[in-house]
Amino acid sequence: MTKKQIELSVEDISAVEKPANRARLVKAPEHFISQELIADINANGLDETRRGFLRKGFMSAVGGAAAGLAAPLAFAAGEGDPAILEKQEWQTTLGKNVATMPYGVPSIYEANLIRRESPGLTRVSAASVAFTPLQGLFGTITPNGLHFERHHQGWYNLNPETHRLMVNGMVKNARVFTMNDLMRLPSVSRTHFIECGANTGLEWGNVAVPTVQYTHGMLSCCEFTGVPLKVLLEECGADLKKGKFLLAEGGDGSGMTRTINLESCLEDTIVAWSMNGEMLRPENGFPLRLVVPGVQGVSWVKWLRRLEVGDMPWNSKDEAVHYIELMPDGTHRQYASIQECKSVITTPSGGQQLLDKGFYNVSGMAWSGRGKIRRVDVSFDGGNNWRQARLETPVLTKSITRFNIDWVWDGSPAILQSRAVDDTGYIQPSIKTLRNVRGTRSIYHNNAIQSWKLDSNGEVSNVQVG
Amino acid sequence: MYKLGKSIARLGLLSAALLAANLAYAQGTQGSAKFPGVGRNATPAEVAAWDIDVRPDFKGLPKGSGSVEQGQTIWEAKCASCHGIFGESNEIFTPITGGTTKDDVKTGRVASLADMKQPQRTTLMKVPTVSTLWDYIYRAMPWNAPRSLTPDDTYALVAFILSIGEVVPDDFVLSNTNIAEVQAKMPNRNGMTRKHGFWNVKDKPDVNGSSCMNNCVAFVQIGSTLPDFARDAHGNIADQNRLYGPYRGADTTKPPVAKLPGAAGEGLAHAKDTHANAPKGAAALFKNENCSACHAPNAKLVGPSIADIAAKYKDQSGAVDKLMAKVKNGGAGVWGSIPMPPQAQLSDADRKALVEWVLSGGK
Repeated sequence: MTKKQIELSVEDISAVEKPANRARLVKAPEHFISQELIADINANGLDETRRGFLRKGFMSAVGGAAAGLAAPLAFAAGEGDPAILEKQEWQTTLGKNVATMPYGVPSIYEANLIRRESPGLTRVSAASVAFTPLQGLFGTITPNGLHFERHHQGWYNLNPETHRLMVNGMVKNARVFTMNDLMRLPSVSRTHFIECGANTGLEWGNVAVPTVQYTHGMLSCCEFTGVPLKVLLEECGADLKKGKFLLAEGGDGSGMTRTINLESCLEDTIVAWSMNGEMLRPENGFPLRLVVPGVQGVSWVKWLRRLEVGDMPWNSKDEAVHYIELMPDGTHRQYASIQECKSVITTPSGGQQLLDKGFYNVSGMAWSGRGKIRRVDVSFDGGNNWRQARLETPVLTKSITRFNIDWVWDGSPAILQSRAVDDTGYIQPSIKTLRNVRGTRSIYHNNAIQSWKLDSNGEVSNVQVG
Repeated sequence: MYKLGKSIARLGLLSAALLAANLAYAQGTQGSAKFPGVGRNATPAEVAAWDIDVRPDFKGLPKGSGSVEQGQTIWEAKCASCHGIFGESNEIFTPITGGTTKDDVKTGRVASLADMKQPQRTTLMKVPTVSTLWDYIYRAMPWNAPRSLTPDDTYALVAFILSIGEVVPDDFVLSNTNIAEVQAKMPNRNGMTRKHGFWNVKDKPDVNGSSCMNNCVAFVQIGSTLPDFARDAHGNIADQNRLYGPYRGADTTKPPVAKLPGAAGEGLAHAKDTHANAPKGAAALFKNENCSACHAPNAKLVGPSIADIAAKYKDQSGAVDKLMAKVKNGGAGVWGSIPMPPQAQLSDADRKALVEWVLSGGK
């Protein structure tokens, strides 16, 4: 059957692929779609009614198949593993066509790893957070569909054809660029982490959430493509001697505005339209966002519509009411922007269950808003003794670096920690060191060493040490 | 096919119109030597339309004025449903008002920020500048209809908020000519510091960790753990991890397992138990169709809670049809004056499913 004869949508596929509990899929009986229907689809295409017939046909085919029990988990000695000895369905039948799913989606067996909200954290989902499932990720790149979300007034699919970027303020010429214009300019592609300033903010006072998704999941890392900010500002004749500040403004209902430090950020900031090789996702600012490496996520203004060069900070709502840090003496730190060096072990991590004793490749992420990761140490005894972990390459500036370390677990309780050092020599501090200076009410910029307690039953939980 | 062709044709017309518009503006462009043909100069009207920000030195502030009294009228119509009659509500957003004193107005430091007696930090306890309030209200409020307020409305609303905080008297009229004097009375105007190591990448950090490698801690003490009652507060963690591989999720609907599950993962969920995790049905519709922006299971948000609706229409015949019509056409008056917008995009089947779900109390 060629693609032209029968086309299946993703919906149809998931209806077929969804395994029932304790059942396994059996090949559909032949000819369960009538010749008339095939002829009809060939002649008239696939509309909702015909799709409905197809769906019913598939469902009854699946339903009609006897539910066979899955292979037993253990096998008697001498026989061997049924997964090897028995022929599997995928070895003995024809697989699916190319482009069955024209935009590919993860395996159905990955369905648990999705973005999630933390119950009770916010009261309105349009001004909330969805956390990245760090516990299931590998390497350094966050898949686009799992990039964390934080909106201040909901998200949109902006029409890229009517989207404009205006550059004004202390510039020779206030200018307007369309997407057609911007995407003609010389571009760069760079991999950087983005972390919300409030990441791990729930844990300033005590342990509050169970898993690394909720403790550290306002963190993602992508290859971003766009035009360097400097190229755009120079093109508009910006007065960069007097204009040390940049206002970035979003095109959403919140009209998100943040002041960017041009002295610190001019060289590596990007006006980006792409993440990981495709256009930005709408939740992440399609078609244009600011990428400010090393600086907290709120400054990476999404749906970017305007840049204004100025000679003083703007004191916008999200830099004068929120994203300010309360110190023990009652003052607030304002314009605290840099995300300092931080790391976390992602496997094993809070809420996970180990099956057995023995060898594990303990792995995690490290990053610094001031530069590159120089080293990561790991402790298995709550910070008493440390061993240096391997860094996976490449190690990029203001980007996530993956580390891992060999460990043979003997089955006794352990407390796992990681501690990163960046190329300025800065060492990730303990929560106690941070609290001694900043108290417990700061909300933002908690880059403390994370502790995971492993019990002898194999369950991992979130704890704080000291 | 015919339909598709038609909409493509329509798109074509639209882009032709856009193209024409662009060309018209482009006539005033001074080409750049470096990137000829890229971008164009903005017209003064365009800059005025988008450059609405107001800085602490009031650059960008439009002329105008508004009284506390006018502000109160607008507040009750457009703001009170979320923020409370006096800006004190903590139901949807953190409170706007409260926690400041007349003494704070004198000193410019909010005393309750240091003494920890105030349970929550309100906007007035934090915001150092009036310009911030003016800029944000004008650019982004009300929540569901940003950019709908005039400059005079905004002056009035800021005056009203400041009168509740006793920064200005009840008969005050705020305007572009006296706003700087008012800024000099803000309760937390002296409460901000920029002396920290987080503004420039070259700044010096305020703390640093230890590089100790061996025998670093004499006694490792656990200071905080997740309380037992919170074990399941984020749902079943087993459903948030892979059902195969070395790192499964603990089944947090049950107490911790007594012993290691072993290589076969005895007692744990397995890959063959995989189910399509994407939520379906009325609960998913409720979220995806943005009903949840205004309605919550038990708390009143902009609209009534699901529990309240279910209770009100309990055992009423014809409730399904009545509410289906309301969802389709919108309505107001039953639960207050804030109208519910029509949801004409929903199919009849989806509307029915949603209404029946709401009437069942969201079960």
